[in-house]
Amino acid sequence: MTKNDFWLGVRGGFPVMVSASPFGALFGALAVDNGFSVFDAVFMSATVYAGASQMVGIELFGNKVQPWLIVLSIFAVNFRHILYSASITRHIGHFSAVQKIFTFFLLVDPQYAETEKRSERGEPVTFSWYLGFAMIIYIPWQVMTFLGAVFGQMIGDPRAIGLDVLLPIYFMALVLGFRQRDNWLPVVATSSLASIAAMHFVGSPWHVSIGAVAGILLAACLPLPAQPEEPAALEKPLTSEMEA
Amino acid sequence: MDQSEHLHLIAIILAAALATFLTRIGGYVMIMQMKRIPPRMEAALNAVPAAVLSTLVAPAFVYGGWDVAAAMLVAFFVGLRLSSLWMLLAGWLVVMAIRHFTGV
Repeated sequence: MTKNDFWLGVRGGFPVMVSASPFGALFGALAVDNGFSVFDAVFMSATVYAGASQMVGIELFGNKVQPWLIVLSIFAVNFRHILYSASITRHIGHFSAVQKIFTFFLLVDPQYAETEKRSERGEPVTFSWYLGFAMIIYIPWQVMTFLGAVFGQMIGDPRAIGLDVLLPIYFMALVLGFRQRDNWLPVVATSSLASIAAMHFVGSPWHVSIGAVAGILLAACLPLPAQPEEPAALEKPLTSEMEA
Repeated sequence: MDQSEHLHLIAIILAAALATFLTRIGGYVMIMQMKRIPPRMEAALNAVPAAVLSTLVAPAFVYGGWDVAAAMLVAFFVGLRLSSLWMLLAGWLVVMAIRHFTGV
């Protein structure tokens, strides 16, 4: 452990912590609103540690969606991490096996982006730096979840203070964050229309899986963009998605 | 929530944590096995987040009531220029104003 690197990481992660904190509190409040206890909310933040998918999880849980579909949806929302872990493999070959397990557990979007940037600048990616960067995000994430959940418990009707409108807007923000991707508009349009129709004809929670499958199938069938020789997916930093 | 329902929720959270960890270590495992993802599979994987998330947005807009729809519309235009915190703030202000003045 080099102490210097650790604090360098803490300093680097600080702005990320500041911008993620409101979302941690929001998650806590909405989790309680969807039937979680304060403990459940913090437990989820501590073990899953992936903001967007946690929001998806509580929304589906609150809607009494089947458990397998909740887990699958969380898996799907977090699927992008596969690209991250493939990509940072090149930079962490010198970590021990235990260090690698921590590294992957803590691999959230900004953590990935900063690791890539650091290695691109030719600076060493040490475990101390990585851990410092991670801890200044991970620990406050739990604290903010706790505060949000306690606050959420004190509020009787979430609709009275407009909390109910925040989740769909939050998800819309995430959708907009992906708008640089190939086929974004046709995928969003297809999944939106399919989910609206499925909500009407089949009902909740099936509108989620039916709508999602429609958009994903469309993307698999659309003409492919010109492919470079390199495995491009493993190289592309997804900078537009670096939130929460 | 009674005790068994609560244990049920804990089990869901643990499964979700495991699923998330698998995505975070999956690329490492995969890159040790093979060098590239088939292009159509990559295109499908790329579409997963936008496709799943759209299904949580569009029905809320259509079936959530006109106050929610108005708030989402305003937030959408804000989101074209500003970050998601501003979208949340704008949408929240709109929905609170509508509920205050019209009593929806």
